[in-house]
Amino acid sequence: MIKQDIKQYKNVWVFIEHNDGKIERVSLELLSKGAELAKDLNCEVCAFTVGDKVEHFAKEVGEYGAKKFYIIENSVLKEYRTEPWRNAIVYLIDKYKPEVALIGATTLGRDLAGTVATKLSAGLTADTTALDIDPSNKNLLMTRPTFGGNLMATIFCPDNRPQMSTVRPGVFKAVKNQTTPEVIKDKYDITEDQVVKKIIEKVQTGEEKVNLSFYEVIVSGGKGMGKKENLKLLEDLANVLSGTWAVSRKVVQAGWAPQSRQVGQTGQTVHPKIYIAAGISGAVQHVAGMKSSDIIIAINTDPQAPIFEVATYGIVGDCLQILPKMAEMFKQKLVK
Amino acid sequence: MHSLVFIKQVPDAAQVRVDYETGTLIREGVPAIINPFDTHAIEAAVQIKDKFGGSVSVLCMGPPMADEALKKALAMGADNVFLLSDRVFAGSDTLATSYALWAGAQKVIQEIGPVDIFWAGKQAIDGDTAQTGPGIATRLDVPLVTYAVEVKEVDPSAKKIKIVRLLEGGTETIEVPMPCMITTEETLNHIRFAPLSYLIKAAKTPVVLLNSSNTTIDASQCGLKNSPTKVKKAFTPPKRERGEMIEGSLDEIISAVYEKIEPMLKQLGRV
Ligand SMILES: Cc1cc2nc3c(=O)[nH]c(=O)nc-3n(C[C@H](O)[C@H](O)[C@H](O)COP(=O)(O)OP(=O)(O)OC[C@H]3O[C@@H](n4cnc5c(N)ncnc54)[C@H](O)[C@@H]3O)c2cc1C
Repeated sequence: MIKQDIKQYKNVWVFIEHNDGKIERVSLELLSKGAELAKDLNCEVCAFTVGDKVEHFAKEVGEYGAKKFYIIENSVLKEYRTEPWRNAIVYLIDKYKPEVALIGATTLGRDLAGTVATKLSAGLTADTTALDIDPSNKNLLMTRPTFGGNLMATIFCPDNRPQMSTVRPGVFKAVKNQTTPEVIKDKYDITEDQVVKKIIEKVQTGEEKVNLSFYEVIVSGGKGMGKKENLKLLEDLANVLSGTWAVSRKVVQAGWAPQSRQVGQTGQTVHPKIYIAAGISGAVQHVAGMKSSDIIIAINTDPQAPIFEVATYGIVGDCLQILPKMAEMFKQKLVK
Repeated sequence: MHSLVFIKQVPDAAQVRVDYETGTLIREGVPAIINPFDTHAIEAAVQIKDKFGGSVSVLCMGPPMADEALKKALAMGADNVFLLSDRVFAGSDTLATSYALWAGAQKVIQEIGPVDIFWAGKQAIDGDTAQTGPGIATRLDVPLVTYAVEVKEVDPSAKKIKIVRLLEGGTETIEVPMPCMITTEETLNHIRFAPLSYLIKAAKTPVVLLNSSNTTIDASQCGLKNSPTKVKKAFTPPKRERGEMIEGSLDEIISAVYEKIEPMLKQLGRV
């Protein structure tokens, strides 16, 4: 392993993921967290991205505290493709040498981070759920779940820079912190015929993607909801509580709901104030994504269901009866 | 068509429990399995072989007992299996692991021939990093297609492949030249029952052992010492206490729940 002169590296960089001209929420969450880390490290939090037209994101990244915004614009980089994006990003990191680089643990971010880190021979910690600075030596401490959330590990990277991490959406809160970032535009020459990967077609799966971490109340349903049509009951109760609805993976696999609604290890991590789990058994992979909710209400016909082990309040009963009744009764109380 | 599938042997995560007294995982009696995502990578490679001819090689890095996983891969239709096992790999993080697997792949290519498609599961269920596939692809310098849900078209003469992959909120169809690397979702295919002929062949095919003495692996790039990331500590997350069961008639239950959560609803401004 090549030891680097790690003193050359400075600043906390946050990758700005964007799609269709919109910034992914997780990137703003990471800017907020990055600002805290930068304070501890006595440096600046900076945003960086590549794409076709990305300079206009400066306004929004400034609202969330970025002091500098490093960008590469090139029409070849319009849509995400691993290799050209990687090469442009590796170029930026090589040139400016940030000491920390944070990327959202999204589909795109996970595809990108592993390849960037390999090119840079950098240490990369996946799916982090906590980030801290070690006061004694200023190393970044990255805590992540493994074994489906059964074990937590704190990882650090003493001799290599940047210290890279992907971070799950919803773990940190995006907090406004107005700045006017300096935009640093760089050039990376690449032409379309140098890219062997072609995007033939893109299909949106009807439903808009939802960021479940926005919501303080989540009504979630599992296979015990019986059939697709019954998911309406989740939505109805969620509406009454001004929240949103979500599902377990079995529901996604049954084709009743899109993956963007899935809570859990391979779905989204959520920590709402109230999480209602209806007809969800409580498998470790599901619980990993919701167990830090403040109040968990579980409804299950099986008194032995593992979900009751993590529930604040447990109800043994049929969710198809209880959910509509809850919606009806809560509505009377809440409308006042 | 020659496919090379990277697999990992993992403890069945669904059966791993936590011992809250000692703060450790209870792995005793937990069966070791092929990482579920990897089984779909093997299946995809075998289906391509069935359609276009060629062969399927499988490479696993792990302790000697991981040869069990390779025997299962043979039973699923793989032709050549390699176990990369050496103490110098112990404690490797994803960067070092992708190096070792890359070096192992060079040996497989040398023995069996050039590879058209490299495959791996999208992630392992024990580590969950989803970094090894992208790392190997980067070292191999081949295009990477992650989260594959459908192999749409294989054109062996033009050496091109079209794959549908998952995006957040949708899918995209990608065309890449071969060789390429594909990482698989579970929905890519259904694991078929192995025909008897595969099982007979599996019993006769040896697992080829690879290590630092019969490959050109540079030991200074593997193992704990040469991994950029280190584990500072491992711990079990605090257990959430089992709460209160609410009983009574339907109306009583719902009223009781409402009373319990009313303060929170007030705090949220819902009431
Ligand atoms: C690598 C991997 C990753 C995974 N990632 C995730 C993930 O991110 N998220 C996730 O959710 N899962 C995940 N899983 C799957 C997980 O292991 C479980 O299979 C899944 O969570 C089970 O979903 P479920 O509880 O809805 O269904 P089931 O396990 O089928 O449970 C249904 C429950 O509903 C109850 N029930 C039935 N009828 C009623 C009724 N009328 N009223 C009330 N209750 C009723 C039953 O008693 C039962 O407890 C993953 C698995 C693997 C291997």
